[in-house]
Amino acid sequence: MSEQTDIRTSQPLGLAKRGYSGVIQHLAVAEAMSALAGHELESRLIELGFVEGARVEVLHEGIVGRDPIAVRVENVTIALRRREAMAIIVA
Amino acid sequence: MEAPLLHLALVGTPNSGKTSLFNALTGSRQKVANYPGVTVERKEGFFVTPAGRQVSVVDLPGTYSLRGRSPDEEITRDMVLGRTAGEAAPDLILCVADATNLRLTIRLLLELKDTGRPMMLVLNMFDIAARRGVSVDVPKLSEALGVPVVTSIAVRKGGIAELLGRTDEIAAQEQTPVGPNRWQPLTASQLRAMQAEADRIIASAVTLPAKPDTWTGRIDAVVLHPVAGLFILALILFLMFQAVFAWAQPLMELLSSGFDALGQLVQDTLPEGLLQSFLQNGVISGVGSVIVFLPQIIIIFLFILLLEDFGYMARAAFLMDRIMGGAGLHGRAFIPLLSSFACAIPGIMATRVIDNRRDRLTTILIAPLMTCSARIPVYTLIISAFIPDRDVWGWFNLRGLVLFGLYAAGISSALGVSFLVKFFMLRDYAPAPFMLELPDYKLPRLKSIAIGVYTRAKMFLQRAGTTIFSMMVLIWFLASFPTAPAGAEGPAINYSLAAIIGKALEPLLAPLGFNWQIAVALIPGMAAREVAVAALGTVYAIEGGKEAADQIGHVLATKWSLATALSLLVWYIFAPQCASTLAVIRRETGGWRWMAVTFVYMLALAYLASLATYNMAVTLGAG
Ligand SMILES: Nc1nc2c(ncn2[C@@H]2O[C@H](COP(=O)(O)OP(=O)(O)O)[C@@H](O)[C@H]2O)c(=O)[nH]1
Ligand SMILES: [Mg+2]
Repeated sequence: MSEQTDIRTSQPLGLAKRGYSGVIQHLAVAEAMSALAGHELESRLIELGFVEGARVEVLHEGIVGRDPIAVRVENVTIALRRREAMAIIVA
Repeated sequence: MEAPLLHLALVGTPNSGKTSLFNALTGSRQKVANYPGVTVERKEGFFVTPAGRQVSVVDLPGTYSLRGRSPDEEITRDMVLGRTAGEAAPDLILCVADATNLRLTIRLLLELKDTGRPMMLVLNMFDIAARRGVSVDVPKLSEALGVPVVTSIAVRKGGIAELLGRTDEIAAQEQTPVGPNRWQPLTASQLRAMQAEADRIIASAVTLPAKPDTWTGRIDAVVLHPVAGLFILALILFLMFQAVFAWAQPLMELLSSGFDALGQLVQDTLPEGLLQSFLQNGVISGVGSVIVFLPQIIIIFLFILLLEDFGYMARAAFLMDRIMGGAGLHGRAFIPLLSSFACAIPGIMATRVIDNRRDRLTTILIAPLMTCSARIPVYTLIISAFIPDRDVWGWFNLRGLVLFGLYAAGISSALGVSFLVKFFMLRDYAPAPFMLELPDYKLPRLKSIAIGVYTRAKMFLQRAGTTIFSMMVLIWFLASFPTAPAGAEGPAINYSLAAIIGKALEPLLAPLGFNWQIAVALIPGMAAREVAVAALGTVYAIEGGKEAADQIGHVLATKWSLATALSLLVWYIFAPQCASTLAVIRRETGGWRWMAVTFVYMLALAYLASLATYNMAVTLGAG
């Protein structure tokens, strides 16, 4: 019986394509070039449900530069820009 | 002894059904101040519980936390913590949750518990949850959270009886279970721990279906498609403007002939003289010429409220975010700007959802450039007088197209101004983040739409009855006195105060192609745009006598050149002719400065654009 292990490299959600689905590994707010201070961005992301272990899926992309993206986080859909999504590391 | 008034507060994430619950509890009449876009004003309602206790309830703006990152969220935080001056902290917080989407609300509830206020969790939208196969072990959830839990279907008043019963129980408790306020702004790791706790509690008491709402997914596949989505958005806006022009027409004609008949009746029954002239020219043709536009105003609000209730507005913000970003606007500005098509006042108030001060300021500055419903009377009058009623390319109406062009001009100038503001005034500027929940689609509720439309129609009629009426009386007075000297040549109005004022202003406005009658109409039009239509009606009615009274459009067509008409249309795209809007800008920006900036830049734009239009039209032979 061979068990398929799902070893995926982690990447920022900000680089994910439409249709991508994965699990949040951690938040790296220093990496995002957001206008918000690190702790503020981190707090907001958590308040919208972006916490470690949450399942995410990129549902839609905007037309200009494939931005913003609509992301399903567990059972909520959140729209955000890729710039901020860079802080969410998924795999 | 009479029990004191019990204060309830509705707290919850956006779109969880707070306003619906508020309406279900207090009866629908309290929705008065709920403008499209968001719950922006403090709304309080009253009711009596089965046990006879008097209760007041406030509907607070939606929030995900108590940190208060926008003016809207600060209201909620301060009310909950009892920091608002002159307001007691609520005796009971009703935490309203969308039962299909508990994660974020349960996290918020855990944070709210720190405030020590008594609390109850209301699992709203229980009908949708049941249909979708979400099952909740209510007693278990209540035990895990340590607060009473009730279920409700706010839009059908389901579960209200139990909610009221529980409220009575809590109110009747001997000792009020108010704990100490331990709330402090949370650190990221505390937030994280709280969300983990919330997820754990949900996992223990709630079973979720495997699949999300399939309808929302299917609709979004089209509506949020990068190309099809923008096409649909453009189609919706275009349909809205065609509807405003085409569908309203029969009703408007009905109203218009009603007022004509009324004027005729006055003319036939009253002896010729001042009273007859006042009633017929001042009151009926003046106020009537504004009320005729009621159908159009109803249609525009109907569209906006329907889109809002359906859940489309957040999608529109998503589609427009980057496109508006190019002009220096935030995606969230889309909803306030779209509301401004109805009226700039709710639009400017709706900017409170924008947390970044600069983004908010830019949006406020350009909101009055969106074509509000008060411009419709002016546009319609001039368009029907000067633009032939022809079909082009099969099913487009030429008049509808011109109207669409005027809207488009308003929008593009707004984007241009925003771009310039970003470029010159707010240079050191990094774009604020755009983060927005896209709620599941809901079938719009006929009743709440009807209430919303009715409230706006009432506001419009009240304005017609007060502001516009008093302006009309003034105009009639100016146009009628002093009366012409005996044996004078020409119409009597030429000797009136109105003519004196108008002629004094004429040199200033003549380069735009405006005659003195227009100048007279523009003065009261500073108070409210639609007054100008009524004022023109009165001025020409008094000047032209009875034949002119009912056919103002025809009179204009004979008295003005096409160039003058176009120039006035363009003037109305830009001119800051609305005292209430300027007052709201002053209030929302907290000073005279931005109000003055708005007034000056809009006036300058109006003058220059009209000057250009008039001269171009004259050159092309339309003078
Ligand atoms: N089916 C259903 N729809 C609801 C219920 N409560 C609210 N809604 C709908 O949910 C949407 C948002 O409700 P609203 O009261 O405006 O939410 P608020 O943002 O919290 O004030 C509206 O379209 C309501 O008609 C409910 O119990 N059942
Ligand atoms: Mg609301």
